[in-house]
This record gives sequence, structure tokens and C-alpha cells, in this order.
Amino acid sequence: MSTVLVRRPGLARLRSTDPRSPLHVLCVGFVGVLTLAALLAPWLAPHDPNAVDLGNALAGTSAHHPLGADAAGRDTLSRLLVGARTSLLGPLGVVTFSTVTGVAVGMAAAWRGGWLDSVLSRSAELVFAFPGLLLAILIISVYGEGLVAPVVALAVAYFPYVSRLTRSLVLAERERPYVSAYVVQGNGALQICLRHVLPNIAPVVLAQATISFGYALMDLAGLSFLGLGVPALTPDWGRMVFDGQSAVQQGYPLSAVLPCVLIVLTVVAFNVAGEGWADRVARRDR
Amino acid sequence: MNVLDITDLRIILPGSARPVVDGVGLTVAAGETVALVGESGSGKTLTSRSVLGLLPPGARAEGSIRVAGDDVVTMDSARLRALRTSTAAMIFQDPRAAINPLRRIGDFLTEGVVSNKTLKRATATARASELLRAVGVDEGALRRYPGQVSGGMLQRVMIAAALMGDPALLLADEPTTALDVTTQAEVIALLTRLRERFGTGMLFVTHDLDLAAAISDRVYVMYAGRIAETGPATELFARPGHPYTAGLLASTPRLDAPGRRLTAIDGRPPDLRTALTGCPFAPRCPSSTEICGERAPLPTAAPGRPDHRFACHHGRRLAEGSPADA
Amino acid sequence: MNVLRFVVRRLAEMALTLLAASFVVFGALYLAPGSPASFLLSGRSASPAAIAAINAQYHLDDPFAVRYLRWLGDVLRGDFGRSITYRTDVSALLTDRLPTTLLLVAMTLTVVMVIGLLLGRLAAVRGGVTDSAVLVGTTFAVGTPSFVAAVLLQGLFAVRLGWFPSSGDGDGIADMLWHLTLPAVALALYLVGMLARVTRSAMLDALAGEHVTVARSRGVPERQVIRRHVLRNALGTVLTTAGLIVSTLLVSTILVESAFSVGGVGQLLELATTTKDFPTVQAISLIIVALFMAVNLVVDLLLPLVDPRIALTSGRSSA
Repeated sequence: MSTVLVRRPGLARLRSTDPRSPLHVLCVGFVGVLTLAALLAPWLAPHDPNAVDLGNALAGTSAHHPLGADAAGRDTLSRLLVGARTSLLGPLGVVTFSTVTGVAVGMAAAWRGGWLDSVLSRSAELVFAFPGLLLAILIISVYGEGLVAPVVALAVAYFPYVSRLTRSLVLAERERPYVSAYVVQGNGALQICLRHVLPNIAPVVLAQATISFGYALMDLAGLSFLGLGVPALTPDWGRMVFDGQSAVQQGYPLSAVLPCVLIVLTVVAFNVAGEGWADRVARRDR
Repeated sequence: MNVLDITDLRIILPGSARPVVDGVGLTVAAGETVALVGESGSGKTLTSRSVLGLLPPGARAEGSIRVAGDDVVTMDSARLRALRTSTAAMIFQDPRAAINPLRRIGDFLTEGVVSNKTLKRATATARASELLRAVGVDEGALRRYPGQVSGGMLQRVMIAAALMGDPALLLADEPTTALDVTTQAEVIALLTRLRERFGTGMLFVTHDLDLAAAISDRVYVMYAGRIAETGPATELFARPGHPYTAGLLASTPRLDAPGRRLTAIDGRPPDLRTALTGCPFAPRCPSSTEICGERAPLPTAAPGRPDHRFACHHGRRLAEGSPADA
Repeated sequence: MNVLRFVVRRLAEMALTLLAASFVVFGALYLAPGSPASFLLSGRSASPAAIAAINAQYHLDDPFAVRYLRWLGDVLRGDFGRSITYRTDVSALLTDRLPTTLLLVAMTLTVVMVIGLLLGRLAAVRGGVTDSAVLVGTTFAVGTPSFVAAVLLQGLFAVRLGWFPSSGDGDGIADMLWHLTLPAVALALYLVGMLARVTRSAMLDALAGEHVTVARSRGVPERQVIRRHVLRNALGTVLTTAGLIVSTLLVSTILVESAFSVGGVGQLLELATTTKDFPTVQAISLIIVALFMAVNLVVDLLLPLVDPRIALTSGRSSA
């Protein structure tokens, strides 16, 4: 209708991450395959991931070890498959915990306002000052290594981002006429929040959670790489990079490079999937 | 000599079924004010922007656009820049969007002439403050940011900026639409005064018929990328030759004839994705006949008034005598 | 003066948050299972003399509040206590290692700023294939954790090609620069991707602005249009991102310094954590938090200079 000179800002940005782009489809597919592989890992893995066979140390690819073996002769393919479980379970814990608490607190703060709101924003400010990895290291230095402490620490570090996002979404949603209509009809605050506001903000929050999953995976893998994450024998991609680093320096990069590649691909897949989702939600809301 | 002479201009956009601007011819003489009237989508903004070579990406222009004798369509980028800094300048619709909020007003005024070395910085600043005074803005505004002055003031700054290169031709693209009503009147008065003082020709693009009548010597009415009607302002409004012009006039409320029934034009302008056969206005026209759908009308002059031309198969009948609100 | 009031206000806010952060860092010790003394000595010979020394150093016999205030007073005087692992003053350890880390951070920031801005600008201005290439490249860059980049770079450029040393931090400035090149690249990769994406989208927003068309219509040469009206308008967003970049960078040094055995503060934090050297962990955590907040303060102060629409009075823009 109007002349083409009228430009819509943001149009160019949407073009880049079209939800139906081949890259997006590929990434969602990759996430699916990965999840399936993690679920079926014990049946898919050709060897015991912890079976040490020093005769096969740093072996290259062979029929027996399709992806080679690490410095202790453990089968890399089996460790990658079983390691997918810890590597994905950790971020899942971080994202679930931070999203559930973040949404609950953010929603309460937005709806109630007052002291709850100011306490939330003050404490969020404090947590923002601690980068997630640093907070995790601080807690690990007190509690010791393990899978739980890092997950809890990262969940705490991610929580204010979710609560802040939820708060602004709920505040915007509250302004919309349908909410006042429900209030006028005598519906309780909790009921309106859970039945009507939550479903409306859910797509944005979940898209954000998908992107956060990638970040959590990077942080947790980093902690494992420092030897501060999962216990020594647990198969985990970050830990595998840590274990394989000395082999890299000796010129046998395979056992470290493969988990590296998987980490990158997984993070990219979650990022692209999350961003595509967020764009679709943004377009729907326009 | 004409400061602007457009002949048979066609602008083709990628992905559209017909030219957005189709065979437009238009002239502006030195010191003359010409209004280009049309609704949004008629191609009037694109026509005026093409005069400065501002086409959207992928667009192609055919025909000729002569500004002070030089053809813009075939110009290289260096000569186009020279044209933009001195010969022709444009006043844009919304000064808030048109002026970079992060740079000082003085910077905005001088940047075109300084970056092309037309003027030295000191000379340019002196000229800027002189022009600001001429448009009624305190020269202290030079050191202000756009966010610190009102919209009306900012449009005056925009006008001063257009005058920086002492242009022979001003293109005003709905310069008052984004302003409130009292400011609109001030800006129009200012433009009229400046035109007399500096003797620039002006192409005034608007959708407002009354404004066009008030400010211009001649009017072009555009519909679906073509010139539907053109003529001296007074004559065109008194005796419109094209049913579209007549319809527009009938749908505009008038103070001098209160109580008159307003009639809207039925339908909507043709979509860019459809090719046109025949007269583009035919589907909405009350007096359309078979021929209108088959053959595009050529512009013809009203009898005895060679300056008043319109592109309508039945226009002659309409223009002969019947009053505007027929 | 407006600016002065803003600075004082922001400084006070920062001091308050730092105080809270110091409390978190101090209080973390008391979350540990068992008594603080046994935690601080965990795994080491707990001779009565050692316990007495720990009790004296941490004033463990005093009430909690007194202990905290004494500790805070010491920290403010630059005394972070004694490292349990190294048996020296933590501050001495830090002054020893800080220059290396600062050099690494400076090298990385230079790479990030130059390449990130260039790539973002190239993608936004050129469009088309260049844009797609930058988008795909940065998608992978922001999916690559710094330690992964470190191991891959080490395997390729240090072990396979032998162009750079695979570990250590060298002696003398030239040798240090050579040793720190790979770590800096490993640190920069993710951040270059982030900055390029932010720059690109901010520039595209600016490019879509009417003021760009207007500048062109007034005969301003295209290069100047890009510099004065597109890049300039994207600068605010870039500056805001710089705060995030620095905080990510500070944390990532822990991973990359460990991967390359660079003797900086990051590696010290890793060693201190694995050896349960809590005073050192406390000191480094506090320093990172303080640095991060200082950077944010500088960004807040610079922002009104870059964007006159942002008033200094309004404090931070909390969403």
C-alpha cells in the first residue's frame, strides 16, 4: 500500500534467523538426536565407558574403537554417548531451577510490587556483580567438587535474569485489557496469573531458557574442564577435554577434539533453536 | 528556464507488476511553487525523492529528470553529490526522525557543505547562524542537540539546512504533516516568505488539497503512479477535469460551504502487484465506461486552457462548466 | 554540578553493592560443613599451633560481626591475609601475577574491539554474502567456550604447527606477547562473535533510520554517512556491551590461563580452589567483582557522552 521507502526497522534482523531456515531445522533436529542418544546411551555405547585398557591408550579409530580411545584406553565413543547424559542433565537442572524460581519470584514481584519488588531488584543487582562461573567457583571452594554444587550455584546466578525478564513481561501483560476484565469478573490474582498470564508469557520465557541452556552447558563444561565439576570418573564432555588435554600436547588430539566439537555443536544448536523461537514469538506479538 | 524538468519518468521496483511511477512529466520554473498531490502509495514521495537520486535499493529509473539542466538519472555519484549539496535540497516530513539525535544542530546544518568542501567550516557556521535567524531560530541552537528543541523549531532547522547550499530547487515532502496545527501554519508562512526572499523553485509534496491550493501556483494530481491532472491551482480546484480530483475535492470538508455532504471515494487504489490495463481509476470511477477498462487515457488539455490537462476519457465533459462538488 | 552529583551517587551505589559482595565472599566460609578452622585447614596437619595460628589470623574467637569488620578493615588496607597453600601474603601473590593477567586482558580487548567492530561493520554495510558469512561464523564463535578454543588452538598452532609455545608466560615483554598470543585469541573468539553481532544489529537499526537517508540527500559522502550517522549511532549499544565483554573476559581468564598454564590471577584462582586455599579465593573473587563494577561505572559515565539523550540524573536504567 504505502511506498516502499517506508522502512520497517528490525525487518533486516528477522531475516537472518528465519525459523524455517535450513540452519534452524538442522539445529532442532540435532537437539532431538542428541536427546535421544543421551536417553539410549547405555544401550548404544559399544563399551563400558570406564573400562581402562592401557594397551589401547591413545588408539586411533579402528573397528573396535570407532572414535579411538583416550590416554587410559577408554573408548571415546562410549564416553561421548554416556557423557551426553551428564553434559545435558546439568544444564537442564540449571535452566529448570532458575526458570521455575525466576518466574515465580518475578511474577510475584511484578504483581505485588512494593517491598518484594525492591528486595528482588536489589538482590538481583548483587548477583549481577558475580559472573555465574565465579559464583560457582566460590561455592565449590567451600563445598568441594561435585555435580550438585555447580548446578545450584549457576542456577542462583541465572535466576535474576529470568526473574527480571518475567517481571517486565508480567508488567506489560498486566496493562492489557483482558487482565482488568478478569479482575472485574472477580477472579483471584493467583488464578489470573496461572491461568492467563503465565501461558501468554511462557513462549518468551521458554525461548530464553533454550538460549540459557547453551550458556549453562558452556559454564558447566568449563567447570568440569577445571576439574571442579563432575567427579573424576564420571564421563562428561568438559571432563573429557580436561583429561584429553595432555594427550593433545603429546600430539594425540582426537580424544579431546571430539568432545570439543560436540560441545560447540550443542551450544550452537540450542542458541539457534532458541533465537529462532524468540523471533517467531516476537513476530507473533507484533 | 525550468529548475526541474521531469519527462516520462518511470520507476520500476523489484517484485512489482507495474512501474510505481509510470510516465510522469512535471516541471517547476525558477521561483515557482508547484504542488504534487496524491494519497499515500500514489508514488508522489518516490517521484520527489528520485529528483535527488534517492531510490530504494534495487529500484530502476527511466526517462529523464533534469535539475537546472542536468539529468539526474544518468549522473555519476560525484556529480550527484554536488547536486545534493548545492542545486537541490529536500525538506523531510518528520524532523525528529530526519535529524540525527546524537549530533549537534550546528553539525547537521554544516555537514553537507563542509564535507564536500563547498564551504570552509567557519564560513559554513556563519551561514548557518544567518539562516537560523532567517527561519526565526535563535543561533544558540547551533550548539544544542535535536532533543533539546521543539518539533516546530526542528522543522525550521530542517528548512535552514535545506537552504545551506543556496539551492535553486527545494523539494518539500509533506513538511508539515508531523507537526501540530499551529506550527503547521507558521512553517507554511515561513516557506512562502523564504521562497520570495531567495527565489527558489519549490516542489511541494502533500496529500492535503487545501494546503496545496494555499501555497502553490500550479498543481499536479497523482494517482497510481501517473499524473491524473495538472493545471493552475485556482483553475484546477474550481473546475477539476478528472473524476479523481473531483472526488478528492468532494471528500474534503470546506469551511466556506458548511452543511455540504461529504462523499468518500469508494474502493481503494490498485495494488502494486497487479498490472494495469486501461485507466487506473476506472474501478472506482462513477463515470467509467467500457473504454476506461481497455485503454489508458492520454493527457488532454481542457478547451481554451492549454495549461489545464487531465488524463480521462470523459474529462472534457466534466471540466466543461460543472462545479467542483458535482 | 549535575555530573558530579551523578558520579557521587553512582560511587555510593557501587560501594554499597561491593559491601554486600564482600559480605557474600566472607560469609561463604560459614556455609562450609564443619568449623571454619577445620575447613580452612582441611586435609592439612592440624597441629594445635596451626589451629591457634588460624584462629588468630581469622579472629575466630571473636563474634561474627567483629570478625567480618576486622576482615573488611584488613581488605580495605590491601591485606587479604595469608595464602594457606603458598604460605605467603595473598597480596604479594596477586601483585606477582596481576601484570600477566592484565597484559592478557589488554591484548584480548584490543583484538576483540578491532576485529569485532570491523566484522560487525562489514556485515551491516556490505550485506549479502558477506553478511551471511559473518552471521554463520559468529554463530559458531559464540557457541565456542573459551577453554574449547584454547585446547583446539593449542593442538593446532602449538603442537601440530609449532608456531607458538603451548604453555607458560615467557620472560621479557616480547616473549610474553608471544606466549600470550594463543591465550588471547582463545579468549577473544567468543567475544569477537558477540561484539560483531551486537555491532551488526545496532548498525542495521541505525541504517534503517530516516536520518541516514537525509544525510545522503544532502550530499554527505557515503563513508562519512557510515561513520557519522551509522557507526556513531551504534556506539551506545557497543559501549553497553563492553561492560558485559569485560566481565565475561575476566572470568574466562580462569579457564584459558589454566589451559595454557599462564601464571596469572586466573590460574591462581583455579589452583586455590582445588587446594582449598580460601583466603586466596576470597581475594580474587572480590577483585573480579570490584573490577567488573568499576567497568560498569565507567560505561555509565561514558554513556551520556556518547548519547546526549541519556540524562545523567536518572541513575541506572533498571528495567
